[in-house]
Formats: sequence, C-alpha cells, structure tokens
Amino acid sequence: MSRHIAEVVENIEIACKIYKMTIISNQVAQSAYPGQFIHISIPHDESLLLRRPISINRVNRNNNQVDIIYQVVGKGTKILSGLEKGAELDILGPLGKGFWIPKGTKKIYIVGGGCGVAPVRFIGERWDYLDITSFLGFRGKPWAYQIDEFERFSRKVFVSSDDGTIGYKGSIISLLDKHLSVENPDLVMACGPVPMIQALQKTVLKYDIPCQISLEERMGCGVGGCLVCSCAIGSKDKWDYKKVCTDGPVFWSEEVILDGESETKC
Amino acid sequence: MENLKLNVNIAGVSFKNPIIAASGTFGFGVEYKEYIDLNHLGGISVTGLTLEPRKGNPPPRIAETPSGILNSVGLQNPGVDYFIDSILPKLKQYDTNIIANINGNTLDEYCHMATRLQQIDIDMLELNLSCPNVKQGGVSFGTDPEMVYSITKAVKEHSHQPLIVKLTPNVTDITEIAIAAQKGGGDAISLVNTFLGMAIDVKTRRPVLGNITGGLSGPAIKPLALRMVWQVSRAVEIPIIGMGGIMTGEDVVEFLLAGATAVSIGTANLVTPDSMVKILYDFKTYMHNNKVSSIDELIGGLIVKMPT
Ligand SMILES: Cc1cc2nc3c(=O)[nH]c(=O)nc-3n(C[C@H](O)[C@H](O)[C@H](O)COP(=O)(O)OP(=O)(O)OC[C@H]3O[C@@H](n4cnc5c(N)ncnc54)[C@H](O)[C@@H]3O)c2cc1C
Ligand SMILES: Cc1cc2nc3c(=O)[nH]c(=O)nc-3n(C[C@H](O)[C@H](O)[C@H](O)COP(=O)(O)O)c2cc1C
Ligand code: FES
Repeated sequence: MSRHIAEVVENIEIACKIYKMTIISNQVAQSAYPGQFIHISIPHDESLLLRRPISINRVNRNNNQVDIIYQVVGKGTKILSGLEKGAELDILGPLGKGFWIPKGTKKIYIVGGGCGVAPVRFIGERWDYLDITSFLGFRGKPWAYQIDEFERFSRKVFVSSDDGTIGYKGSIISLLDKHLSVENPDLVMACGPVPMIQALQKTVLKYDIPCQISLEERMGCGVGGCLVCSCAIGSKDKWDYKKVCTDGPVFWSEEVILDGESETKC
Repeated sequence: MENLKLNVNIAGVSFKNPIIAASGTFGFGVEYKEYIDLNHLGGISVTGLTLEPRKGNPPPRIAETPSGILNSVGLQNPGVDYFIDSILPKLKQYDTNIIANINGNTLDEYCHMATRLQQIDIDMLELNLSCPNVKQGGVSFGTDPEMVYSITKAVKEHSHQPLIVKLTPNVTDITEIAIAAQKGGGDAISLVNTFLGMAIDVKTRRPVLGNITGGLSGPAIKPLALRMVWQVSRAVEIPIIGMGGIMTGEDVVEFLLAGATAVSIGTANLVTPDSMVKILYDFKTYMHNNKVSSIDELIGGLIVKMPT
C-alpha cells in the first residue's frame, strides 16, 4: 500500500480497444493478491484530476512485473493506451480487499465478463492448486482475450459471446446455470458488468452456492477517506453504504444490492 | 528552511502551520495514516458530522469535470456519538488541531451538536452552513444573511470551543453573509465550500451523479474562491481560512496574500493522499526562495492599486 512510480515495460493492444500493460512495481508484485487494484494517475493531462482504478491481472514476484488489462473507454484510458516502454506512472497500490479462499475450499468456478475477465485471471494464477473451472463471457471474438491463460490452470474453460462469434452464443450466466444444476463447486468468484452480476446473483442464490463478486464504482481517493465510492451492502431491509475502495471491491454476492442503473461498459 | 515562522493563531488556537485538511476530503484523518504523517498538519477538519448516523446520497457520487470534481456524498457519517466514542481517541494520538465540522437540518440540531461537543476535547467547531447536497439542509441556512446571523448566534451560545463559520459560495454577495457570521459571534470564517453544479452523460442521457447535482471543487474553482476570500477579508475583522482548488505551495501563497490566515486542502487529498505534505514543503520552499521568514509577511499582503 504505497504511492510510487512504476515504469512501463510493455503496452499492447490484445483485443479490440483492450490493452495489456506491464509495469515494474516491486510493492505491487510482492504484496498484491487477487481482486486488488492499483490507482493510476493519468499523465500528460493535468485537467484529469482523478486517478483511474484498474485491477491487477497478474504479478510476477521474480522480476516484479505487474500486468493490468484495460479497455479504452474515455480520456484517461485513451492516454494510457498511448504510453510507450519507459514511460513512468504514478500509482497507488495494491489497494482494496480482494478475493479470499475460505477454509476447506477445493473446487471453485471462476466467472468473468468483458473487462471482468482480467481481474479473475489472477485468482487462477495465485491459487492454481484448487480445482478450477472457468466461465468467460465476451461481446464477440474481436473482444476476447487471454482464454489460453485460463486453460493453463483450469480443468475446463467455457466461453460464450453475445453474437456467437466465439464459443457458445448467449450469456455466460446461462452456461454457468447449466453446470450448477449438475455440479456444486465450493465457491464461485466473479467480476463483470452489472447485468451479468445481477443474473449471477440470482443463479447462485437458486443453487445456494457461496459467491464472491468484485464491484466497480467511481472513485476518488481510493484509500477510504472521501466516501464517494459507496455501494449498498447488506439485506433489503438492513443495509449500509460500504466503500468499494477499502471494504471491497470484493463482497459476498448475497450482500450486494445493485439497482441496475449503474455503469455498464464492457 | 528550518527557521521559518509558519505558525498562525486563529481565534486563540495555535496552528503549527497553515495547512488544514478540508472537511469531507480527508475522512477522520486516520484513514490516511499510512500515507501521511498526521503530526505534520496544522489541523484536520473531520468529515461532516450530524446528530444521527447518515447514509448519504445514492451512487455514483463523483464525476470528473475539467480540472474539477463534482461530489454528492450527502454527508455520509456515523453520527456525532460514534465520532466521540470510537474515532476521536485514535485521532487524539496525533499532535494536530482537530476541528469538528457540524451539520444540521434545523437550528435545534446545530445547537444540539454544539452542546454534545461542549465537553469534548476538540480544538474548534466548524459550522457548515453550505453543504449544497442535502435536501432540506445547508443551502437554505447559508444563503440568507438573517439566518446566518441567528444560527451563528445560537450555536455560539451552546459551544465552548471557538466557532468557525463555513460559507457557501452559492450566493450573490458573499460579503453580506460573512458580515452576518461575524455579527452573530463567529470567531473565524472558512470559505469556500463547493459550487453547485452538474454533469450529464450524453450516451445514457442521464446525470452522471446519482443525486443529479453536486458540489464542484478543485482547481476549476480556485479563481472564484480566491476572489471571495479577498472580498471577505476586506469586509470582516475575524480571521479567514481560505480554500478552493489549492494544489500547490504557490496556491497557498495566493490565498494568504488575498487575506486568509490559514488554508484548507480538499480535492488534492482525493488526487493523492500525501498532497498536504508536498504542498507544505513547496510552501516552505517558496518562503525560503523569496526570503520570507515569517508567514505573517504574506497574510493579507496583496499589493493592490485600487481602481479609482
Ligand atoms: C476496483 C475497480 C477495478 C477496475 N478494474 C478495471 C480493469 O481491470 N480493466 C478495465 O478496463 N477497467 C477497470 N475498471 C474500470 C475503470 O476504472 C474505468 O473504465 C476507467 O476509470 C475509465 O477511465 P476513462 O478516463 O477512460 O473514462 P472516463 O469516462 O473519461 O472517466 C471519467 C471518470 O469516471 C470514472 N469512471 C468511468 N467509468 C468507470 C467505471 N466503470 N468504474 C469506475 N470508474 C469509472 C473514471 O475513473 C473517471 O474518474 C475498474 C474499476 C474499479 C472501480
Ligand atoms: C468529497 C467531498 C466531500 C466534502 N464534504 C464536506 C463536508 O462534509 N463538510 C464541509 O463543510 N465541506 C465538505 N466538502 C467541501 C470541502 O471541505 C471544501 O470546502 C471544498 O471541496 C473546496 O476545497 P477544494 O477545492 O480544495 O476541494 C467536501 C468536498 C468534497 C470534494
Ligand atoms: S474512493 Fe475515497 S473512500 Fe473510496
């Protein structure tokens, strides 16, 4: 958890408007765990005051390299996409409370949708001793990435796309539903756009499977001081606003109250 | 840089330097302790407190606009009692002034807050008349000079600590409000709070903020804030804590020259958690490089030739 300068070693487009950036950060590489994020100050344009939160995709503790994957959606990510090898980034991190493995967990399902595929890869990299099955949803083939990486640690990888250009045509959650109807993992871990998360919440509730989900909310400080990153956590009658930056971004699925109006981008 | 006189006095309270964390942008201070040595700060104005715990506004609560941010937190806080019992003891371990920022929906609530804090070991009270976020709250009190006068007077009667009155900039004439606060017995004035604004997402045709409107802060408001500090400093005798878009040591100098005795740093804390230490360092560097040995040389030191 610190503020420091990280050097960019690679920044390449790996799918349509989706970039993978590798940076050197000893602090992040050594202490980050799956589900955590870094908070990046956008260089070259001082009018963009706020840092951008981006999840950690993978770390290499041997050479201190950290990978992040981001989709270009606005001004900040556009500037990031133009950075070249040798550029320096002012980052905070690793931040947030990520995924965790409850005692006795053996078999897990990993679910990722769109940009949400990036953070869940770190789960499989770090906890590869678990029995892992992965479910990855994309808009279509041009937007798909890192499927082969999931194949390395997963017993099986299921892919779906909205338009059927890669994998099964349809929602990744309906595919997940079919599997949950015949097999019970100990835990589901997921990240993705809000409609996917809402469908997932219903599905895991139906089969009564514990599920951790990683949320996105607009952020300010990233360290718990400004209270702008709130999401409703609890039950319908008894809930509180919690901070996505420090209480999350990962929460138990049954506690997350989404209103459906939130941002969906991937 | 060691012999610089940085300390200032505001209504009998001594600040080791003029840098104060602005309410709502620095939590209760302790959230930042891994990033910044709280002992280096002149003071901390804690997150806006209310009598009862408050959930705040629906998300999203922040939008970025050119060189600024809009927020609509809506005073989310655990309530004054929780602050006193569970947070203040942790904060008291640090050598910095603590300012309780108090908020209410009615005059009674403000007075209640002041009474509740009477016996508590905090250095100052800050009466937030300005938060534009909360429906029946802030804005109606802070925009009417009569109301500002009576609420300041009433709270002053209930408080033991020196009282800072924090003004909203969403008014036509800031000086008449400042004068009302002084007349009501305010010991100091802080300004500015955020300017009411909004942002729209053209893709979804919806407001970006869950609350539709929010308060604008950051460098975008600095010229407006500076102008108001200057106007107020010419209208009242009581000391001023200036704020609005301060990101650098030179920004601090500008506010002091305009008439502020100390400054608050808000949005900069959201940009980078250790901003205040950097700003203080830059401020000292300015003093050193410009052979200013005492901060008193800067306060109200603007050289002006008034138009005739
Ligand atoms: C914990 C967390 C992890 C994330 N991980 C990833 C990731 O691994 N890969 C990825 O592509 N994206 C990720 N995001 C979303 C990413 O932060 C936004 O896409 C990005 O900030 C957009 O910046 P911009 O300047 O390009 O867009 P603009 O729309 O120009 O940004 C304007 C403002 O809105 C904020 N904003 C816009 N969209 C989002 C959003 N969906 N979530 C939060 N803030 C937003 C920006 O941070 C900025 O403050 C994550 C978000 C969070 C909260
Ligand atoms: C996220 C956020 C929350 C705030 N909450 C409060 C508050 O609770 N009480 C208050 O008096 N001012 C509050 N403010 C206003 C700031 O204290 C300050 O007056 C304003 O942001 C201008 O300074 P700046 O441009 O340095 O941020 C808040 C500002 C922000 C950005
Ligand atoms: S971003 Fe400031 S509290 Fe979460």
